[in-house]
Amino acid sequence: MTDLATYNFAYLDEQTKRMIRRAILKAIAIPGYQVPFASREMPMPYGWGTGGVQVTAAVLGPDDTLKVIDQGADDTTNAVSIRAFFQKVANVRVTTKTADATIIQTRHRIPEAQLQAGQILVYQVPIPEPLRFLEPRETETRKMHALEEYGLMHVKLYEDIARHGHIATTYAYPVKVEGRYVMDPSPTPKFDNPKMHMSPALQLFGAGREKRIYAVPPYTEVVSLDFEDHPFEIQTFSQPCALCGAKGSYLDEVILDDKGGSMFVCSDTDFCEDRQAKGHRGALAADTAEAAE
Amino acid sequence: MRSDTQIFEGGFSDSVLNAQTVFRALMDAMANPGRIVEVSDLAAPPAPLTSLAASIAATLFDHDATVWCDRAISGSAACTGWLKFHTGLELTGEPADADFALISDVATMPSLESFCRGTSEYPDRSTTLILQIDGFDGADTLVLEGPGIKDSMAFSPSHLPRMFVDQWVANRAAFPRGVDLIFAGKGVLAALPRTTRIKKTEA
Repeated sequence: MTDLATYNFAYLDEQTKRMIRRAILKAIAIPGYQVPFASREMPMPYGWGTGGVQVTAAVLGPDDTLKVIDQGADDTTNAVSIRAFFQKVANVRVTTKTADATIIQTRHRIPEAQLQAGQILVYQVPIPEPLRFLEPRETETRKMHALEEYGLMHVKLYEDIARHGHIATTYAYPVKVEGRYVMDPSPTPKFDNPKMHMSPALQLFGAGREKRIYAVPPYTEVVSLDFEDHPFEIQTFSQPCALCGAKGSYLDEVILDDKGGSMFVCSDTDFCEDRQAKGHRGALAADTAEAAE
Repeated sequence: MRSDTQIFEGGFSDSVLNAQTVFRALMDAMANPGRIVEVSDLAAPPAPLTSLAASIAATLFDHDATVWCDRAISGSAACTGWLKFHTGLELTGEPADADFALISDVATMPSLESFCRGTSEYPDRSTTLILQIDGFDGADTLVLEGPGIKDSMAFSPSHLPRMFVDQWVANRAAFPRGVDLIFAGKGVLAALPRTTRIKKTEA
């Protein structure tokens, strides 16, 4: 690629990478604790994954294979543009296959396929502070983390139960890491929370606008907050994926017409395509639907 | 003239990709405590600095890093000159003020307690210690457990600070405050973040 030389490798200058790398090492040493870092302006707006991009850029090397997903999909705008960005500024190999990737940058999902030791999952995080909507002052939330004072979070979950009869939080569901820090797992559906627990992969979280990096090392306890009489539960779906027939994957609703027709398909496109390639078919897969006509 | 050559030469041949290589080794080690990660010799600093410790310095230090060096390193004009020229670091004589500590002689180093553990609100503002050792075939074996370790991990560095097990228990008890250790051997490194617990020791 001839225009590679106009940027430093992976876009960021070396001093910025050193600053981010120091923050990442501290984040790994203190699982779930938000390390402040000097987030840079990136060539994309805040809210489009600037934190995740900076973490990926600081970690990425020429031997890596990068996968980028947005809500589980490899082919949505955010995923396509970030993947193209790193192809351009780092000339790195890219893939859509979860198993082939060494680094997976994600917005709001954890892949369905079990991650392996050595893989790195980089989350794009909008609001890293799980207590922020309960207490707007950073000075106070910092003190609450220091004192391990998380009663307010339990009150919030309790109010859910009082109002709705069950814990109504469905995404960004708070977790406790290694029995110490309460952490926001980023707006992943709570369906994905159990995948964080004892994951063999290293999980890094970058929040660009809020200037925080945090991490969960491999094989670390990640427990979703709950109550004895209202245990944590994940979402379930009444029907399997309409394309690959998978049961037990996280499904997105896709509107089909203006008469209320819709279908539910896997949000993880690689998982769904992989199953279809292996011959699994759902009710609305192209060939099943043709055969039915 | 000769000492000048020692100072100016021996840095990374490719500052971008060499730093990335060393950082990934460090991140791998920190995320998997006790794991021994190989790194080839990328820097050639003056003694008593070792190639790997110097590579780590060139990867992590810059004008934003305050570094304490033990007497053997700080007493060598060639070593401090090399570090200043290749990283631009800020040197300090006070271990408690240091973001990093570079230690060439583990046997005579100050206690872990004398370095900065950070505050309970900012436990990340602590010292990361880089210990130069020979390797990981020491006589004593520590059995480690904690985040990053699946079941348990045997760890036998050739050198350990005095009364290490007691010092580490105290460091662990201060969690989330505490220091993190990077052991730099010859071509191999390993790390002990503050979360790691020593389950038992075997001779």
